[in-house]
Amino acid sequence: MKETNLEALETAFQAKIDKDIRIEPKDWMPEEYRKTLIRQISQHAHSEIVGMLPEGNWITRAPNLRRKAVLLAKVQDEAGHGLYLYSAVETLGADREATIDDLHSGKAKYSSIFNYPTLSWADMGAIGWLVDGAAIMNQVPLCRCSYGPYARAMVRVCKEESFHQRQGFEIMSTLANGTPIQKALAQDALNRFWWPALMMFGPNDSDSPHSQQSMDWKIKRFSNDELRQTFVDVTVPQAEMIGLTIPDPDLKFNEETGHYEFGAINWDEFWEVVKGNGPCNADRIAARRNAKENGQWVREAAMAHEEKRKAKQAS
Amino acid sequence: MNNDLYTYTLRIADDSLILGQRLSELCGHGPILEEDIALTNIALDLIGQATTLFEYAATVQNEGKTADDLAFLRYEHDYKNVLLVEQTNGDFGQTIVRQWLFDTFRVLFYDALQHSSDTQLAAIAEKSLKETKYHCKHSSEWVIRLGDGTEESHSRTQDALDLLWRYSDELFFMDETDQAMIAAKVGVDLAALRPIWMERIQEVVQAATLTIPTNNWKQQGGRLGKHTEHLGFLLADLQYMQRAYPGMQW
Repeated sequence: MKETNLEALETAFQAKIDKDIRIEPKDWMPEEYRKTLIRQISQHAHSEIVGMLPEGNWITRAPNLRRKAVLLAKVQDEAGHGLYLYSAVETLGADREATIDDLHSGKAKYSSIFNYPTLSWADMGAIGWLVDGAAIMNQVPLCRCSYGPYARAMVRVCKEESFHQRQGFEIMSTLANGTPIQKALAQDALNRFWWPALMMFGPNDSDSPHSQQSMDWKIKRFSNDELRQTFVDVTVPQAEMIGLTIPDPDLKFNEETGHYEFGAINWDEFWEVVKGNGPCNADRIAARRNAKENGQWVREAAMAHEEKRKAKQAS
Repeated sequence: MNNDLYTYTLRIADDSLILGQRLSELCGHGPILEEDIALTNIALDLIGQATTLFEYAATVQNEGKTADDLAFLRYEHDYKNVLLVEQTNGDFGQTIVRQWLFDTFRVLFYDALQHSSDTQLAAIAEKSLKETKYHCKHSSEWVIRLGDGTEESHSRTQDALDLLWRYSDELFFMDETDQAMIAAKVGVDLAALRPIWMERIQEVVQAATLTIPTNNWKQQGGRLGKHTEHLGFLLADLQYMQRAYPGMQW
């Protein structure tokens, strides 16, 4: 393509973005925009699927019938989110199985929060409340993302996530108002998940390489630090309401700014977990690989049967 | 308390609970994402059925117990599920064959139970029948796909059928509890369902190019609380929280 043509296309593309006109799969888009979206949406899909594992860990041990049913439904929702998101990736010309292989080889990342273990029932509360809570902060702005299929998938995902967040908070609040043992379980879960939840918003803005371009393309609407601050401002009063303590001695409310100031995040830990050195990275990927390998013969059988069926119909 | 009605309801509830618990072990580990969702959905339906059945059993028992007390706080020999549903998931073929033998039975059973003179059981059966028909369609179609698919899938599915066939007879187990319930027009005469079940099983077996095992060796005992070694471990998971933190609200 001639350079002038390309420039004209890029100008037209950016003009659409600036006017908040959605980009749809068949529209022209810069290769970098496509790549950025494939990376982001597939990582989002992988996060949903890997995210099933820490909670799946407690389904068989859920404390009563209602909690078991709710947890099953929640983890099933995550699988559903994964499915829409993989479909959204496919609208960009990427192959679902290839993106999954990238996850298994370690090339593609997923939210590092899921590399932390779920050690007690209270973690089901902490994950719903904090992890789904943080995910909503990240995802609500994505409902207005410039890429149509991603934005539309996010509308439904956000509705369900907000339900999960309330369920998680309800588990935490039941525990916090329960026996001293239950309250201790809740506090311990908060202690373990608080900092990793803050890390979910990604590096500080000064260290976030892709952010500015994504903002210009309206894939991203708020910076990592802005979203993190909103999350802290919303969550701290919720913890106080149920009598739990945020594990941060530096946390204080600034009357002037109207925001909570919080202590330093351990970014060394964050990067180690991203690199694969978190407590559960190896287990999570092994579980996903096993599912794929153990399912290989099943997928082959389904395809072989379909071929035979078609051949029979044709004859 | 009506002992027969209590035991009768508990047996149905335990089948749903134990199979639901087994399937929920697979959540996050399915062979394809769509199947992960389907099996989790079936698990959810079964846990839902178990919940209403336990609620009813607790009412019939009238000792102030809750559905959760019945689901989580009995000893191993007090669970009355058939041995089939407590068998391990094995590979996907084993999971599906177990499901199909059970679903085929369950559709016929609920279909008959919805005419029970006990209005509560009739209502539960009517509601459960709708979802169980979907479960049965799902598992039957997979048995056909796997049996007919590749050499490997055929042999794995035949192995699963050979392994699980011995537990299918117990689906039709009847004792004096059943006789009393049939006499009261509450229960279902399982002997009458058996030929239809066999016919439906044979249809799928044929389409799947599988063979019904000639070995007629039969295992039963679950309905009377005599289980296989697998149940104890399943219950250790199921009951963990209630046993470790007794008497708490969750």
